[in-house]
Amino acid sequence: MGRIGSTRRKSGSPDAFGAINGAFMVLLCACTLYPFLFIVASSLSSFNASAGGLSLIPRSFTTDNFARVLSDQLIYSGFENTIVRTVLGTGLSLIAVFALAYPLSKKYFPNRGFWTALIALTMFFSGGLIPTYLLVRGVGLVDSPWSLVLPELVSAYNLVIVRNYMQTIPDSLEESARIDGANDIAILFRIILPICKPIIATIALWVAVWHWNAWFDCLIYITKPAGEVLQLVMRRIVIQGSDQLTEMLGRGMAMQQDEYITPEGLKAATILVTTFPILCAYPFIQKYFVKGVMLGSIKG
Amino acid sequence: MTAIRSRARAKGLARRYWDCRYLVVLMAPGMLYFIVFKYIPIYGLTIAFKDYNFADGILKSPWVGLDVFRELFASPSFWEVFRNTVVIASLTFAFGFPAPIILALLLNEVRSARFKKTVQTISYLPYFVSWVILGGLFLQFLSPSSGPVNYVIKALGGEPIFFLGDARWFRGVLVATGIWKSAGWGSIIYLAALSSIDSELYEAAEIDGAGRWAKMRSITLPSLAPVITIMLILATGQLVEDNFDQVFNMYNVAVYSVGDVLSTYMYRSGLEDMEYSLATAMGLFKNVLAFAIVLLSNAISKRINEFGIW
Repeated sequence: MGRIGSTRRKSGSPDAFGAINGAFMVLLCACTLYPFLFIVASSLSSFNASAGGLSLIPRSFTTDNFARVLSDQLIYSGFENTIVRTVLGTGLSLIAVFALAYPLSKKYFPNRGFWTALIALTMFFSGGLIPTYLLVRGVGLVDSPWSLVLPELVSAYNLVIVRNYMQTIPDSLEESARIDGANDIAILFRIILPICKPIIATIALWVAVWHWNAWFDCLIYITKPAGEVLQLVMRRIVIQGSDQLTEMLGRGMAMQQDEYITPEGLKAATILVTTFPILCAYPFIQKYFVKGVMLGSIKG
Repeated sequence: MTAIRSRARAKGLARRYWDCRYLVVLMAPGMLYFIVFKYIPIYGLTIAFKDYNFADGILKSPWVGLDVFRELFASPSFWEVFRNTVVIASLTFAFGFPAPIILALLLNEVRSARFKKTVQTISYLPYFVSWVILGGLFLQFLSPSSGPVNYVIKALGGEPIFFLGDARWFRGVLVATGIWKSAGWGSIIYLAALSSIDSELYEAAEIDGAGRWAKMRSITLPSLAPVITIMLILATGQLVEDNFDQVFNMYNVAVYSVGDVLSTYMYRSGLEDMEYSLATAMGLFKNVLAFAIVLLSNAISKRINEFGIW
């Protein structure tokens, strides 16, 4: 009797450990969010607030930082280039992954093991930076948006996950269609892809977020500022403190007295403009990503 | 006889490909992609054994045997960079590997499902933000003049610290920001393993009077052991790896002596100084080493745990 009572108390009411643990979790969340919130505050503040302090409430509120960042031409071309590569890259990557995964999921496909191994091997061995760079330059993709899409078109890892998913679809589903004379491609579109909807969504999100955040390929393959993706435009302004920043600082000077604009505020606003889309999408895409991690780990 | 049989087999194979010609058509562009963009660069690794020059290209540049590797291993800056890589990776491993496990164990003790979910959602967030953005963000956040961290240090009477420009602090910043970004996300896999533990085991242990520590030692940790082993083997492969995105967006000339790592050095010597053969040799060296370490730790794990990835 007493034992049952004590068990219930243990799992019901908070104890000392639970309280400390809870406090630790709150602290952890604060540490994660504080840097972001600090940047928000700093982007909305004029000079006396960027001079230091911990407050997350913007002092001497101003939207001027954003106005100046958003009047920069390269921010717009950056957005455009990022959107183009994300849409193009995600679309083509999905088509390629599913077109490859379907044949490889068929037991009767000749030399299936060989073809699968040929692809899986690229997860462990790769040419690396320089040979890939020389290839991309050799085929004339430098300064073309295709250089951001083609070199990483298909990830072997995604392909293996999609193939495994397709292999769990029972053959009996296809058989009736096959009797009606449908060919493999018709079966893929009519039967397989509708069943694959959840995995299509997961892979599409992975690839899209990857493309949105990618910047290194753009750094090495794109030489013109107008072709740069948003992440790189932001990098030049914030990390390298480019002429663009100086120009933004000076912009509007002629019109009014505004020496209260600081590099810190402008940099913070640039960071936020770049981060905003991903922060907006985050609550919606997060759960699909978590599911995706499970998907990968079940087989691995 | 064998000739006939093999011809028959060849014919059979052609026939089998013909039977699924639609699948072949479907697959062809994707396979072409792998051959062009993955296998040609693998062939391109041969320039690590050649004296690459533009005029001759990959195919016709003269072979030089192991000269490039000799030059690489004779260079003191290579060994400095190699040491930095190993030191930073070891620190990241020592602090970064247990972090998601501890986080998962603590999250698992949180009773309110709603609170737990909120903490998880927040802790995964930095994973979705690229190092370019975080590099810019920490540059602001850790700034000696206007950053809040130094504001606290100054308020407590200390001297401001230039975290990203001081060789004594730079490695610590790399490790700490690395954990900040990835510990939450890394905990997912352990949380999944924890949620699959049969709750009856805990109930039985409670009836036997087991406390929190006893339960953790004899139920939780043994259940996590396989996952931890797999993650451990994979993590050893990272010992010569380095997070290019992170280092590249945070380092500067003032901290090269402690922060320049293989991949950043490779980038600079390859794409800035155009030392293609040297940079390729460096990449090949790193990949082979990483692969060997993973194989080795897998073998060790098999001997100790009778359990490995392969």
